[in-house]
Amino acid sequence: MKIHEYQAKEIFRRFGVPTPRGEMVTKAADARGVAERLGTKVVVVKAQIHAGGRGKGGGVKLARSVDEAQQLASKILGMTLVTPQTGPAGRLVRRLLIEEGLDIKRELYLSILVDRAVEAPVIMASSAGGMEIEEVAKKDPSAILRETVRPATGLQPYQVRKLAFGLGLGADGAKVLGPFLQSLYRAFNETDSSLAEINPLVLTGDGKLIALDGKMNFDDNALYRHPDLAELRDLDEEDALEVEASKFKLNYIKLDGAIGCMVNGAGLAMATMDIIKLSGGSPANFLDVGGGANAEQIKNAFKILTSDPEVRGVFINIFGGILRCDVLATGVVAACRELQLKLPVIVRMEGTNVDQGRQILRDSKLNFTIAEGMKDGAEKSVRLAAQGGAR
Amino acid sequence: MSVLVNESTHVVVQGLTGREGGFHAEQMIAYGTKVVAGVTPGKGGTLHLDVPVFDTVADAVRVAHANAAAIFVPPPYAADAILEGIDAGLPLVVCITEGIPTLDMVRVAAALRASKTTLIGPNCPGIISPGKCKIGIMPGQIHRPGHVGVVSRSGTLTYEAVDQLTRLGIGQSTCIGIGGDPIIGTTHLDAVRLFNEDPDTHAIIMIGEIGGNAEQLAAEYVGKHVKKPVVGFIAGQTAPPGRRMGHAGAIISGGSGTAEEKYEAMAKAGIHCVQSPADIGQTVAAVLGKAATR
Repeated sequence: MKIHEYQAKEIFRRFGVPTPRGEMVTKAADARGVAERLGTKVVVVKAQIHAGGRGKGGGVKLARSVDEAQQLASKILGMTLVTPQTGPAGRLVRRLLIEEGLDIKRELYLSILVDRAVEAPVIMASSAGGMEIEEVAKKDPSAILRETVRPATGLQPYQVRKLAFGLGLGADGAKVLGPFLQSLYRAFNETDSSLAEINPLVLTGDGKLIALDGKMNFDDNALYRHPDLAELRDLDEEDALEVEASKFKLNYIKLDGAIGCMVNGAGLAMATMDIIKLSGGSPANFLDVGGGANAEQIKNAFKILTSDPEVRGVFINIFGGILRCDVLATGVVAACRELQLKLPVIVRMEGTNVDQGRQILRDSKLNFTIAEGMKDGAEKSVRLAAQGGAR
Repeated sequence: MSVLVNESTHVVVQGLTGREGGFHAEQMIAYGTKVVAGVTPGKGGTLHLDVPVFDTVADAVRVAHANAAAIFVPPPYAADAILEGIDAGLPLVVCITEGIPTLDMVRVAAALRASKTTLIGPNCPGIISPGKCKIGIMPGQIHRPGHVGVVSRSGTLTYEAVDQLTRLGIGQSTCIGIGGDPIIGTTHLDAVRLFNEDPDTHAIIMIGEIGGNAEQLAAEYVGKHVKKPVVGFIAGQTAPPGRRMGHAGAIISGGSGTAEEKYEAMAKAGIHCVQSPADIGQTVAAVLGKAATR
């Protein structure tokens, strides 16, 4: 789960990670009051969306007076911000973070994430603050410092020293970096984060380390033990169909093709997208209905994927294991009836109770196209979607 | 022969009296798996599905001589269940549970390194040596005893591949679903190594997906050490970057973990790369045919 920068910084402060002073606003008029309270010569107006590269898109501006802060706030609020990470459609700005300006001496990069290769959290740091870490990794991988934090020992002082001297902060810097990193690691660990990233981390003129930016992603699997963090979810930042799907515990990701897919199992769902592409078509979505889906969930899944206006045909690819083909067929028939669906529906079923499943489809007298195997199903879907997909 | 599980595997089911555990234990028993014990704290001394239930895994090992565990407990308790299996000295623990927090698995991984236990999963369909033993949730009837080893991160995609093999009359030595999480026990590399060392496995299917570099590491090993034919498929050639495709581990992050780079590594290692998931069985038949006439 992603959260906004201002939320990440609130969590940082709770664990003792220093951040600039600032407040979140949703109205331009409030920006003025915040700028006055901050009282610094320069304040920073930052668009809050769940995507990086905001500065490049014009979503981060400096204001040199309270008037300018308000002007900039009214300009940025409500704009559609396009950054390298939002895609061409961009993202509507609904919230701003107004922060004090700082006397910046150096900009660094710092993050903690779970590295699957070493099966533990890893601290990554680099002197190239403000640059995307992926770019640094491509240009000069040796510029990235890495320290693995083992659960049994935690973050050790020698690791802090390696990072501090590696970043050129010297002995004085190591004294400041130690408590900073311990706090950040605690924030990461105790919130079950999958990523805590500060880019840039700044060294100020008076030798302080401050998280100028802040990003945290949480492990969805661990949210059950952090109900307070789960509340930070901002549904405005997510695709409406994906939000709807998550209510029914369906794994749905919207893509831009014309063939809606319904599959059980993530691997088979990806493979189904692939074979549609190989057959000359393009998938409209990823949808994994999971192993234990019931007829009601199948019905909801079907509603969601057909409410995408781009969809011209539906390919159902199910290998029945725990999910029985008769249960699937019952759900699909119910959904088609209720929605009075005109789109071509191509069904490929295999596995548990496949004969009963096919019988249910036939008995429904609805216009299903039965496929033999994945390849046949994908090819029929591409053909029928191209022909008949008028709605 | 087969790897990891066979006729002498005696299984304890952790979570036997739960809905999932009970259902799948019944299926496992019907398949012929020797389920010798269940564990549900507080229900020790009772019987469930005619199987004796114990309070702890240690008891199940001591009294019922279990040598493998199948875990069906809910995610908040699953890491603890794995650690209990490791503590009881079990050589094999298979964790089916989906949704275990990653940082819980960081602690489990550390304990595993210091143990003799092999973990399969979590978030996996389990392991089956057709005709001998099934620990997991895969439909037993689609399998057939034979000589192809299958390793995969996915459940239903593995069934798909196995079904293609069986329809072509090609049986399997062992099929291992290693799971779709970022931190797992047995990796592609571990499984490929086991199949390479098993004289009864004549060919290997490696099914991967986007995210991480486990397939590349296995491919490197294949290039250096494996003489048996290996067939490879990677799911997610059309997956967009930065999105988790259902499995917690299936994500292209920072431009790495793409299907393209995995295929490249596999091709370099001499693995027979399959682009379409519908062609996995055919490709195995073709390479086995060539191997037979060589």
